[in-house]
Amino acid sequence: MKLLVPVKRVIDFNVKPRVKADGSGIDLANVKMSMNPFDEIAVEEAIRLKEKGAASEIVAVSIGPAKAQETLRTALAMGADRAILVVTDVEVEPLAVAKILARIAEEEQPGMIILGKQAIDDDSNQTGQMLAALLGWAQGTFASKVEVEGESVNVTREVDGGLETLRLRLPAVVTTDLRLNEPRYASLPNIMKARSKPMAQKTPEDYGVDVAPRLTTIRVVEPPKRTAGVKVGSVDELIDKLRETGVVG
Amino acid sequence: MKTLVLVEHEEGQLKDATLAAVTAASRLGDVHLLVAGSGVGAIAEQAAKIAGVGKVHVADDEAYAHQLAENVAPLIAGLMDHHDAFLAPSTTTGKNVAPRVAALLDVMQISDILSVEGEDTFTRPIYAGNAVATVRSSDAKKVITVRGTAFEKASREGGSAEIEQVGGSGDKGLSSFVGQEVAHSERPELTSASIIVSGGRALGSSEQFHSFIDPLADKLGAAVGASRAAVDAGYAPNDYQVGQTGKIVAPELYIAIGISGAIQHLAGMKDSKTIVAINKDEDAPIFQVADIGLVGDLFKIVPELTGKL
Repeated sequence: MKLLVPVKRVIDFNVKPRVKADGSGIDLANVKMSMNPFDEIAVEEAIRLKEKGAASEIVAVSIGPAKAQETLRTALAMGADRAILVVTDVEVEPLAVAKILARIAEEEQPGMIILGKQAIDDDSNQTGQMLAALLGWAQGTFASKVEVEGESVNVTREVDGGLETLRLRLPAVVTTDLRLNEPRYASLPNIMKARSKPMAQKTPEDYGVDVAPRLTTIRVVEPPKRTAGVKVGSVDELIDKLRETGVVG
Repeated sequence: MKTLVLVEHEEGQLKDATLAAVTAASRLGDVHLLVAGSGVGAIAEQAAKIAGVGKVHVADDEAYAHQLAENVAPLIAGLMDHHDAFLAPSTTTGKNVAPRVAALLDVMQISDILSVEGEDTFTRPIYAGNAVATVRSSDAKKVITVRGTAFEKASREGGSAEIEQVGGSGDKGLSSFVGQEVAHSERPELTSASIIVSGGRALGSSEQFHSFIDPLADKLGAAVGASRAAVDAGYAPNDYQVGQTGKIVAPELYIAIGISGAIQHLAGMKDSKTIVAINKDEDAPIFQVADIGLVGDLFKIVPELTGKL
């Protein structure tokens, strides 16, 4: 079974995002960028499935600026076999990303597509579900466990009440939650080896997908700031302050 | 504008998350509800009583029993022939189903809205809530998920909506429910509790998490939450997690114990009315957002606090 793993280049999760003074968005100039952490988990899961013999080939895909090839090289260094870079300087919305991925899936015929449940920049949490809808496939979102069993996959999902397990007919789309696995670091030899792994370059036009945005961002502002309050010196003082709130009797 | 809101329910109870979505929908126009499930007559009755609801569509079929997105999304997409906007609460159910509906309708979803600024304009958090974007949708139909803490809850009483049975395409045969591990607790639910006691990695073990956090929570009638670090370490189950990718909460009082305050955690709780932080590191970022801070050893402070309250 072939696995398709879409990955997104986003602001590094350790960087505090700064809103641009003109309110047009987030300042990403000279900011450290990395693979979306949930997508790293997706790459890791694909590699583990291959190591277990449940998968034969891993194809990583990224849609974004030319620099997204760095993100793909990271996926290749971790263990993906080849990559497809769909280059565009437009900020592609989840719906258009899903359409491009659906076209790639039609060409590549993967048995499973594994991707992060959300990207930590726009926090949309949409692409996997949209992709499954466009392909008419089953979806296992927010996965904390993935077990392939013949023609189906059992996905344990992190839901509001706890955990839920679904059986999905393959091919299927799986989106990863935090506790699915702990992604490996790429070793230096593997980083070197990744440089010679194949990476195809495409454009959204190659797939006939219109990436014109449906949403217009009118402005981006900082949320209201909380300011630090008081520090108390003892539990008794804390209890007095708590009683002042009126919530604690 | 005619809106359709997905009713969130569990074990015969209509969930509070629905009520915030109803309020958001009422800012757009007429509110219709959809109750999808198996044996959901009682839920439909509860839904019809919600103030401001015009009609309740009920799809009662085994295929909808576990809210499988593959079965529920086409049902909703079909009903959207007669509605202009679809809204779902930003719960794991809503987040699972709504984008599938959006793609079936060829609509770009607006996730996790904080406010309705106009019939096509909304605000939503991005970058773990470090920024708020105002976005305008050019799609003819809207698909929206609603952040529960950002809207008042509609009243559960006062409505008398008409109930109409609807049929969908049933089971698509793509997925099936295998089982679940759902914790039953006497404590209030995290997303609707007025007080939350939340523990972090500093608790050190699952045993200590429960022996220090639980008694304080029970004394206060509070829900129990946790940071990602505490959940990853196995001290608390996943459904306790508060943060960017966990639950978003905004209680009257949030007590953070042994939580350093990573931006991903702050994203989930910074709209709480009063934040209390107890941490041994006086430079922990949590103190920058806390209204009341106490620097010290939680293993001494928490039992003393529990005892004196």
